[in-house]
Amino acid sequence: MNRMRHNSINLKGDRTMQTLKETKPGITVRVTKIGGGGPIKRRIMEMGITKGVDVFVRKVAPLGDPVEVTVRGYELSLRKSDAQLIEVE
Amino acid sequence: MDLINRLFRRMDANEESARKSNNQKTSYIIALAGNPNTGKSTIFNALTGLRQHTGNWPGKTVLRAEGSCSYRGMTFNLVDLPGTYSLLSNSAEEQVARDYLCFSKPDATVVVLDATCLERNLNLALQVLEITSKAVICVNLVDEAKRKGIEINTASLSEELGVPVVPTAAREGHGLGKLLSAITGVATGSVVNAPYTVKYEKKIEDAVVKVEPHIRKLVGEEFNSRWLALRFLEHDQTVISAVQKWTEERVPLKIKAGGVALA
Amino acid sequence: MNHSSSTTGKLRDIMKEVERISPDVTLKLNDSIVSTIYGDAERITRKVVSQKSKPRVDWDKKLDDVLTSRTLGIPMMLLLLALVFWITVTGANYPSTVLATVLFWGQDRLTDLCAWLGAPAWVKGFFVEGIYRCVAWVVSVMLPPMAIFFPCFTLLEDLGYLPRVAFNLDYLFKKAGAHGKQSLTMTMGFGCNAAGVIACRIIESPRERLIAMLTNNFVPCNGRFPTLIALAGILVMGTAYSLGAAVIVMGIVLFGIAVTLAVSRALSATLLKGVPSSFTLELPPYRKPRVGRVIIRSIYDRTLFVLGRAVCVAAPAGAVTWLLANIYVGDLSVLSHCANWLNPFGTLLGMDGFILMAFILGLPANEIVLPILIMSYLATGSMVEMDSIEALRRLFVVEHGWTWLTVLCTMLFSLLHYPCGTTLWTIRRESGSVKWTALAALIPLGVACAVCFVIALAARQAGWV
Repeated sequence: MNRMRHNSINLKGDRTMQTLKETKPGITVRVTKIGGGGPIKRRIMEMGITKGVDVFVRKVAPLGDPVEVTVRGYELSLRKSDAQLIEVE
Repeated sequence: MDLINRLFRRMDANEESARKSNNQKTSYIIALAGNPNTGKSTIFNALTGLRQHTGNWPGKTVLRAEGSCSYRGMTFNLVDLPGTYSLLSNSAEEQVARDYLCFSKPDATVVVLDATCLERNLNLALQVLEITSKAVICVNLVDEAKRKGIEINTASLSEELGVPVVPTAAREGHGLGKLLSAITGVATGSVVNAPYTVKYEKKIEDAVVKVEPHIRKLVGEEFNSRWLALRFLEHDQTVISAVQKWTEERVPLKIKAGGVALA
Repeated sequence: MNHSSSTTGKLRDIMKEVERISPDVTLKLNDSIVSTIYGDAERITRKVVSQKSKPRVDWDKKLDDVLTSRTLGIPMMLLLLALVFWITVTGANYPSTVLATVLFWGQDRLTDLCAWLGAPAWVKGFFVEGIYRCVAWVVSVMLPPMAIFFPCFTLLEDLGYLPRVAFNLDYLFKKAGAHGKQSLTMTMGFGCNAAGVIACRIIESPRERLIAMLTNNFVPCNGRFPTLIALAGILVMGTAYSLGAAVIVMGIVLFGIAVTLAVSRALSATLLKGVPSSFTLELPPYRKPRVGRVIIRSIYDRTLFVLGRAVCVAAPAGAVTWLLANIYVGDLSVLSHCANWLNPFGTLLGMDGFILMAFILGLPANEIVLPILIMSYLATGSMVEMDSIEALRRLFVVEHGWTWLTVLCTMLFSLLHYPCGTTLWTIRRESGSVKWTALAALIPLGVACAVCFVIALAARQAGWV
């Protein structure tokens, strides 16, 4: 985990890694890594968010959480705490 | 459960004469699998009408719906599996669905896919095909897909997957006849499928090659040994204990009436 | 035996082999498997799916952009809710009156029949004023709103709006330490709390499932909607009747949702401690509802089912109420004795003893609370034709001294008190625990008493009543 973080800092200069949580609506990103572990990670992956897949952030819910994304041709809503585990580029 | 048994007894009586004459099976168990929101229950309702009843899966608070449907002198007993996105994550629904497919071995399994987002739906279809070859793919909601400008080449999909593929628009009642005839082919064995096999990375395939023969020695041709090998390699405790139970009791896990015997 | 032990041995060998090959890579392996399957799905999809032409206008997206927009999402949700209530109140008014007229004409004919047969007074009382009138009330008050409310609700369900409600409200449930799907089970509760409790199965974590089950009662089920609508009608007799009643009912519902969140928060901080688990929800495309089928389905599956249940409970309840109101001990009926005994407590909560008695007798089904109350008022008071909200107002306000506070507290108590017998039984079955079932009744009862007490006290202190 630490090494990954280190790598991504090196690649992107002084910027910290970007996760799906920080991605602005209207932007398409590619998933590079899914953090976390156990059942949460499994659940996220089984909904189609796997490494290398393109995710389009459609909108944020009226109260600021969750976010709605388009992935593999369908609309998925996920909480920001889960979106934070998904590293993107 | 009692209801189910009674139902089957009645059916047995009805078909006794037919069986005596040519000793041919006329009643088949058909499982219905699919993602949520794919119109799976629309298909289930359309096929079974009012001949259905509900209960719980043994030991689980998961709804179990069953119904029957007559087609060309045969009786299809449909078991509506819980709607799931996958069979790998051990939620109660997913366990019910995959245990049923692996251990109760229905005569045919219909996988209902949503034509408007085939990709995510194929994830489940490929997992079902890993367990059973006796499958029919039903691409539902083709009318809606067409409206969105999406076209699916079902012939090519059938070629890829190695099983029959039937396009339907269940809400309009389109394609259900073709679906029934495809089910008949697979259930009676007049159509033999050669389903698509997912090939994993070399490390995993090597491990499967080592483990699978041992499992086949243990369970014979009773269950799908490649699928079991994969689950064993994942240390999937629910599958391992199900097999363990089977070896200890040596009672076939399949009950005639299609009930789940894992309880 | 030998055979069996040899197979167990084989299994042990396999496990050893597995352990040797993949000792500790379970999760890595699973990731790789999931990714590979999705990869293949992607490849096959590319091969067989072609996007011919984009539709000129994507109605799905347009609709969704309004219904879940940051600014319009919540107002639209409230507007839709208010619209459903308004349609229900307006539409139910006329058929309700017609039904009541017909059914009470029937009561008069039955009375005539009793007179013609020379039946004793108690026979006429027990069957006509007890059983028949209670059933007639349930049918005329409940059938029209249900026959309108359920199809409206089923239409929204069929359209695919409910997951959007979950999307809009998830933030609140997350803050309350609950699962996002609780907003779905809560919405189910609008139909029937027992159904809402069963729907809690979709919540995986036992902690969050229990929270959802224990708080489902705080949204009014169809058994309580007619009560709320009728009482709201009493509050706003006059010109803007439908609109006013709809707004009041909606206010009550929003209050119920607020209580749901507050109690969920309290539970997850005390009895059911824990952090919210992950939550992903598919937002399926909107689908054009099949209006005809929706109406048929909602009338058969829901309206008639609920009505049938209500009638089955109403008949014996009517009989019991009539007996309690007509068996005298001293110079007062048993019902009046009980009501008198409960009266101080009822007054403390802004109501009276008869109202509390009706809630107690109404435990089997919420639908019959109002009919029981009317019956007990009528049995001890003068006979009036009960054929409209106006008649109801006369009975409650003029003859039994209700104030706006009485109406409000009765509505709030009805919203909060305890789940009906069927729901409690369902909670017992689903949770498998007597303790949680007891709490499922006691927590709402505590909340209901506290809320009514505070409101009554405040209103009286402020001199509003």
